[in-house]
Amino acid sequence: MENSGVDKSRRRFLVAATSVVGAAGAGAAVIPYLSSWNPSERAKSAGAPVEVNLSKVEEGQLVRVIWRKKPVWVVNRSQEMIDNLPKNNSLLVDPESVVEQQPAYAQNATRAIQEKYLVLIGICTHLGCSPTFRPEMGPADLGADWRGGWYCPCHGSKFDLAGRVYKNVPAPTNLEVPVYSFKDENTLLVGIDENGEAA
Amino acid sequence: MNGLLNWIDARFPATKVWNEHFAQYYAPKNFNFWYFFGSLAIVVLVIQIVSGIFLTMHYKPDEMLAFQSVEYIMRDVPGGWFIRYMHSTGASAFFIVIYLHMFRALIYGSYKGPRELVWLIGMAIYLALMAEAFMGYMLPWGQMSFWGAQVIINLFNTVPLIGPELSTWIRGDYVIADATLNRLFALHVAALPLVLVGLIFVHIVALHAVGSNNPDGVDIKKHKDDKGVPLDGIPFHPYYTVKDIVGVSVFLIFFFAVVFFAPEMGGYFLEHANFEPANPLKTPEHIAPVWYFTPFYTVLRAVTLSPFAGTAAMFLAIIMLFLLPWIDKNPIRSWRYRNKAHTINILLFVVAFVILGYLGVKPVTPELKELGTQMTLVYFLFFLVLWIHSKPATAKYIMWFVGLTVAIVAMTFYRYNPEATDDAAQILWQWSLTVGYLALTLLLPGLISAFNTEKDVPERVTG
Ligand code: HEM
Repeated sequence: MENSGVDKSRRRFLVAATSVVGAAGAGAAVIPYLSSWNPSERAKSAGAPVEVNLSKVEEGQLVRVIWRKKPVWVVNRSQEMIDNLPKNNSLLVDPESVVEQQPAYAQNATRAIQEKYLVLIGICTHLGCSPTFRPEMGPADLGADWRGGWYCPCHGSKFDLAGRVYKNVPAPTNLEVPVYSFKDENTLLVGIDENGEAA
Repeated sequence: MNGLLNWIDARFPATKVWNEHFAQYYAPKNFNFWYFFGSLAIVVLVIQIVSGIFLTMHYKPDEMLAFQSVEYIMRDVPGGWFIRYMHSTGASAFFIVIYLHMFRALIYGSYKGPRELVWLIGMAIYLALMAEAFMGYMLPWGQMSFWGAQVIINLFNTVPLIGPELSTWIRGDYVIADATLNRLFALHVAALPLVLVGLIFVHIVALHAVGSNNPDGVDIKKHKDDKGVPLDGIPFHPYYTVKDIVGVSVFLIFFFAVVFFAPEMGGYFLEHANFEPANPLKTPEHIAPVWYFTPFYTVLRAVTLSPFAGTAAMFLAIIMLFLLPWIDKNPIRSWRYRNKAHTINILLFVVAFVILGYLGVKPVTPELKELGTQMTLVYFLFFLVLWIHSKPATAKYIMWFVGLTVAIVAMTFYRYNPEATDDAAQILWQWSLTVGYLALTLLLPGLISAFNTEKDVPERVTG
């Protein structure tokens, strides 16, 4: 065949037109594939408030409950534990809880509605492990100035007994305080505040 | 026989391919121990694919059933334990083989031109292999599977702006859940194996186009006989096929010794905590990734400026390896002919890498935490020093040494907080490790010329 007989502009047009249409089609087809990775409707609908019976939580004890598939800790802090909290301040990143890791009613020195009961989402703010409860004073591995709190076994982050993060560890912020309220003297409701608003 | 071959050859280039890649593929005649690991990697790949297919026949990718189905394979499926142990031992063996394979490229400068693409494709294989191993580790749905996945997927959570959406998208739920297990299973058994096989094919095609490097780093194609055969080349078959079979036999002796006598390898190949079913409420007291990830895990822990900085440093540690061909501009390939400071640099890099790996399986104490920081520094400084060693004759060693030492001391002051007594004590002395590294790789060649002289590269391969 004679090369001069080739109509190059028609070929160019066909290549350009099919490429553009093809790319648009491929792009459109990718969307349902990518969105299939998003949480399904079933996953979205899980998550009602959880009740905790406080009469079963003894002084110094930690109780774990599940809320929205996450661990939530409820700690009954002794008076000594509460009195020790301010002594940690110079070692902490955010002793005043400025960063909004808690509802407004828990933005205080003890990060709680009632001083005694600390409620936290038990997930490290670094990469999501659940830190270990280490309430004891000055254990060998954590050093003499340890006044109780949590130690994350994954990357060594440390938190005090108000869930406040220590300096120089990988976790950037204090542990999160979930929305919660007291139904009565002995019953805690995780996931709903006093006005009945869910998180 | 010949008739059949002729019949095939008329329809498919069987003999042609055989000749091009085996019988008439000329490889340098001086391959040594370090050249066993490419063919061994192929052997391990075959082991993984075959054992993996058989595991898939009994495994159930379901949050409620996965753990039990693995126990079922171990206890009730005839021969199931053997298939599973081959697969789990194969995963660690893969990384041992690949790390040695990469080390070979490092010492003989195989990543340099014209083999940059062989190296880059190799690095892509390494990344795919890490993803494949991570996803496989998730499948038994034990404590380590669960919390390992939690940490790794949350790495994406630290990305600025889109982080939380990105990690939710990867998980398919707000927490690690059934959806996560199911999709990682699909990637582990179908998507990534296909990618791996494809990449390995391209790796070898690229290598055969440019030809293998060798322990002398000499280009054998410069000297050919009148038939165009390199004088220092020998046909891959039968010379290296036979050599590699010996390597495979020795490898399999070690491999099956582990499969039969120490499949858990003291908790390094199969971690003890993974014999407990996943419990989303409780992270195990002591968690560590499997050994082959630990060096990068320590880098992640060491950089505490912000979570994203930690993640970025970890990925940067891998990206640096991709850039090796453009960092090391020294025209001499093999370490045999480069200056002594270069050899010291490579050996100390290996030491730092091993220490980083060791730290990754240990809990964080103030002493080990600071050691992790310093070894992370050495890891990254290695690449800078490698670049400085590109031109030994004109390198400003003393200037670099003084400048970097000042920077390290300044950084030490910045991080020093006397109120955190235990950390402070470690910070106060451990910086000297990094400065010691710089002294050996920069000060030494700067002051003593015996550590800076390069040898003449021979024209032809030796031995
Ligand atoms: C499943 C993984 C892999 C397989 C099956 C594989 C296979 C091979 C084979 C068969 C060879 C030739 C024989 C030899 O030199 O040992 C080779 C060479 C090479 N590979 Fe790989 N490889 C893999 C992964 C990697 C990785 C992760 C890297 C580096 C990041 C890499 C870098 C290289 C280089 C630079 C060469 C040329 C070495 C030289 O000529 O001195 N490979 N590979």
